[in-house]
Amino acid sequence: MQQVAAALSVDDVSVSYNGMAVLEKISFAAAPGQLTGIIGPNGAGKSTLLKAIMGLVNVDCGSVRILGLAVDKVRPKIAYLPQKNTFDTDFPISVEGVVMTGRYPHLGWCALPGEKDRRIVEECLHKVSMLQLRKRQIGQLSGGEQQRVLLARALAQEAELFFLDEPFAGIDLVSESVIMGILKELRSEGKTIFAVHHDLSKTEGYFDTLILMNKRIIAFGKTKEVFRARYLQETYQGSIAVINGYNELMVVNA
Amino acid sequence: MQRAFLAVIMVGLLCSTLSFFVVLNKLSFMGAGISHAMLGGIAAGVLLGVNPLYTGAVSAVFIALLIGYISKQGKMQEDTAIGILFATGMALGITLISFKEGYYPELFSLLFGNVLAVSAADLWFLVTVLIIVLLFVSIFFKELLAISFDEELARANGLPVAFLYMGLLVSLSLTVVASVMVVGVVLASALLVIPAAAGYRLSKNYRFMLFFSIIIGVTSGIAGLVFSFNYDVPSGASIVLCSATVFFVSLIASLTVQRR
Repeated sequence: MQQVAAALSVDDVSVSYNGMAVLEKISFAAAPGQLTGIIGPNGAGKSTLLKAIMGLVNVDCGSVRILGLAVDKVRPKIAYLPQKNTFDTDFPISVEGVVMTGRYPHLGWCALPGEKDRRIVEECLHKVSMLQLRKRQIGQLSGGEQQRVLLARALAQEAELFFLDEPFAGIDLVSESVIMGILKELRSEGKTIFAVHHDLSKTEGYFDTLILMNKRIIAFGKTKEVFRARYLQETYQGSIAVINGYNELMVVNA
Repeated sequence: MQRAFLAVIMVGLLCSTLSFFVVLNKLSFMGAGISHAMLGGIAAGVLLGVNPLYTGAVSAVFIALLIGYISKQGKMQEDTAIGILFATGMALGITLISFKEGYYPELFSLLFGNVLAVSAADLWFLVTVLIIVLLFVSIFFKELLAISFDEELARANGLPVAFLYMGLLVSLSLTVVASVMVVGVVLASALLVIPAAAGYRLSKNYRFMLFFSIIIGVTSGIAGLVFSFNYDVPSGASIVLCSATVFFVSLIASLTVQRR
């Protein structure tokens, strides 16, 4: 895929844990304003790829540029949603307190959140339909509601790029549709979004672009071009079956 | 007597503020580990004729940073590192202090605290520690809160997580030294856990939790000291028992409210 000005370029990135290769020579360049799904079986290194892009794991080799710069130079412009429950749900913080932490990258040392920050937090909570629960302690919400709060936190950061790790895993349908609606809205505002995703049935409707991977990139491109049985079979390595050749109906045994 | 009150108030303020982060970051065992392990440093001071607080402080900071480094490197589990240094420092302290004649009374006050023996120099040391720790916590409060809530998110947002964590450990170790002055090596960790644990029972909002923690830390310190004067019991134990009483009252109160 030919890119003029890449929002994200990953060049020859390899990662290993205790000598075991997790990512092998990953390279791609993504245009801005795209909603990209990262697809692959369990253990394919999807989460590790996000963490490598964010500089949260050590890479063996390779480089990552975001908006043409090293990651550390653009951190306030990139938002990250880890797989849920990386935080302690008993933590004594309210829903709006969590969203406010998204404003911290924009505040200096010693600076306290001001009126503008509070207004942004309120707007973001409204967008994810969680404004009425803003005083609740975070652990009192359901999994889907917590995920919406974390998305509101990312929105409050006013980022250009969003990296979401399995945002729809184990959440209710209402939350999934609220989150997907916001991701599409962000895309129409020109933001660049990457989401690790595992539900192949919804992939075509959700994403403009796909990265199919299994430790290495199997295919990267427009969804209609790469969401094909042959690429998926290579990605899922035998744990996928094509039932109907004409419509390429697939069954995954992930 | 006045010195004892001043010391208890300052230590109460210091410990209860830090206990907020100890409880949120699950560093209780770290506090206990540092306080026990620093006995080696304290004993070295006693043996060399230097104020044991100073040698204790140096050893506490060293131990905290060593534990932090080992656990962040991922070569060893944090609790394993603490477990080893905990016993080694304590054994070193007891061995060193046994070289001094008539060491038993001194060892007793190091182990269980003696706030009545606080000197003017000790008070100045406390004031210095109080200023350093409160400045660090005030300047970086929201960042410390962010790393306590979710370290990975904080790192993704570009917060200097390693610096903040090490700063928190240094603050913790200095606070442990202050706590040892009042309640001794064995009971020090109580003051680093109980105020915030009680505060957490009273509120699930971090601002109120911190507020309650400070009120509980300072008042139970004063109450414990008064109790020890009136009933002639060791001050360290008395202060810890007062804090523990407040904790159990808070626990019962929170359970009662939840049931309604």
